Parts: sequence; structure tokens; C-alpha cells
Amino acid sequence: MANANTLQQPAQATETGVLKPGVPAPAFALRSTPDQMVSLADFRGQPVVIAFYPADWSPVCGDQMTLYNEVLPEFRKHRAVVLGISVDGVWCHGAFASARKLHFPLLADFEPKGAVAKAYGAYRYPEGVSERALFVIDGNGSIYWSYLSPIGVNPGADGILEALESLSATPRPA
Amino acid sequence: MALQSRITRLVLPIGGRDHVLGPPDAPVTLVEYGDYQCPHCGAAHPVVKTVLRHLGRNVRFAFRHFPLAEIHPNALPAAEAAEAAGAQNKFWEMHDLLFANQDALEHRDLVRYAEALDLDLPRFVAELPEHTWYPRVREDFMTGLRSGANGTPTFFVNGMRHDGPWDAESLIEALAAPRVHASKDA
Repeated sequence: MANANTLQQPAQATETGVLKPGVPAPAFALRSTPDQMVSLADFRGQPVVIAFYPADWSPVCGDQMTLYNEVLPEFRKHRAVVLGISVDGVWCHGAFASARKLHFPLLADFEPKGAVAKAYGAYRYPEGVSERALFVIDGNGSIYWSYLSPIGVNPGADGILEALESLSATPRPA
Repeated sequence: MALQSRITRLVLPIGGRDHVLGPPDAPVTLVEYGDYQCPHCGAAHPVVKTVLRHLGRNVRFAFRHFPLAEIHPNALPAAEAAEAAGAQNKFWEMHDLLFANQDALEHRDLVRYAEALDLDLPRFVAELPEHTWYPRVREDFMTGLRSGANGTPTFFVNGMRHDGPWDAESLIEALAAPRVHASKDA
């Protein structure tokens, strides 16, 4: 379990680095387009799926964002919104989203570079990109589930769907 | 050592609902989740044939639909066409035609292939717009999703997602490898 990198990780991070369930999801406001900001707080009261990924323009048919785009109707059954986050800039995101016909926002963790990824323990220092990390945030703004995937492996959607189902089945405090 | 991937297992084993090649008692199984408009699946099609030829009676293969309809607008109708042909016992014939003609998957093309396969054309032509086979295609897609299919093609070797390369040699090697059941420590 011990990891040589633990000293560099934030205090709340798991041995794999990413924030773990139960802690408040760090707030953020990032650009989704040159003139639009998206805040985590915008979605209070509903589940939020955050997918950090290393870069736009990975090969098309195995692309994680393309998959989530197909699965949006399933996510919406749980009233969940999906936010993709990488260090790419808004123009890059715009071209990528348009080419892949994405129907959910891609947020630019661009300046200060990777600040949100770092807050979630999902930044790769040597490469300067986000990890491939998934978070499900509950309606109260707490992390309900998190998962760090090997960077080369698209984690699919099964873990997210399980987390959303489990979250939907959890009675919310009045 | 590199991070472990989630254990991704096929939630629905090969069964009577599937389009299957190879004997039911074959020692190894290969399941592909694929999309008829996906160029990578097109490239994988002859690879799978090579693998099946090489392993002969030792492998059972099932193809399930995983149409990425947002980027491949013809993938869903093509999958429905394969199922419509399957209902007339010509699934694999249509499957081969679709992969052989990935750049011609419009409605008129699908009808042309049905004609070439000598299908009951009025039935075929009626079933497509009625989306008779959509629930079946959707069921495939959902089982793929729940099994961790993450793009196309996604292969499952003996029920576990195959994350490695899928050239014939790699697939044959993976299929021949001793089965490892959800082992966390290599």
C-alpha cells in the first residue's frame, strides 16, 4: 500500500493520490468557453460526475469523453451532470467538443495550470496533465466516489453508474 | 508498479441470446463489443477471423453491439440491420457485409445487402423503421457498459476486459494464457 510518492501528496489524498469519498469536493469555477464559466456550486442538489482526463484528441473510438457522451441519458436518469476537465484551453476544448459532438461541458483547467486537478489530487507532475481520474460528487458537495485509472486505460462508465445507483439508493438527510 | 485497473468483468456471459461462433464447450471465449461504422472495429474484423481460424474448435466467439451513435450516425441502423438479418438466420453474413462496406451504411445500402443475402425483403424493410431490433441492440450496449466496455472495439477474453493490444498474436496469447480470476497481486 505504501507508495514512494506519498510525501508529495495532499494530506487528504489516498495512497493513489486522488481525494477519497467523504471529503468536501474542492470548489472551482473554470471556463467552458471563452465567455462562460462553470462552477461546481452551480450544481448543488444534484450529483456531479467529474472526469479528469489527460488531453483532448485521444483516438476517437476508444475515447473516454466520446463514451460518456453516449452514456449521458443513463447519467441523466440519476439527474447527474458530467463535467470533463483537462488542462487544455477553451479553444482546444471547443474544437474537440465540436468534432466529437459532445453534449456536456469540457472545462479548461488552464490558468493557473492544473490548479483544480491538483486540488483533487489528480495532477501528474512530470507530464503536466491531469490524471485519468473520476469523481462522483453528491448533492451536498461531498465526494461520494473516486477512482484513479491507469493513465493509458479508459476506465469506461461502469464504476460511475454503480456509484450513481448507490447514491440514488442512499436516503438523503432531511 | 503501474496502477491496477478496475477489475472489469463481463456481466452477461455468452448465452442463448448471443450470436456465437464455435462450440459451446470451447475452453476459451472471446466477446467483442463493436460498432459497424468504427474503423478500428473494421480493422479488428479480419483479426478476429484470424484468431478464430487459429484456435479452431478451442474458442467460442460472440459479437455484441456497442454503437457509438453520436459519432457514428450509421452505426445504430447497421446494428439493427444485422439483428434483422439475424432474425432470418443470416446474422454473420450481414455482419461480414457491413464490415466489408463500412463506408456504405446508409439505409439504401442496408437494403441492398439484405437483397444480396436473399432475405425476406418486405420483412427486413418493415423492421428497420419500426426499430424492431433496437431493444436488442440497446441491451447489448448496456451489458457492455456495465461490463466496462470503454470504446470500440472492446474485447473480453474469458470474461475479463482485454486492455492490451488486439492484434491477432496478442489476442491469441491472451486467450491461451492461464485464467486469472480477479487476482490483485501478479
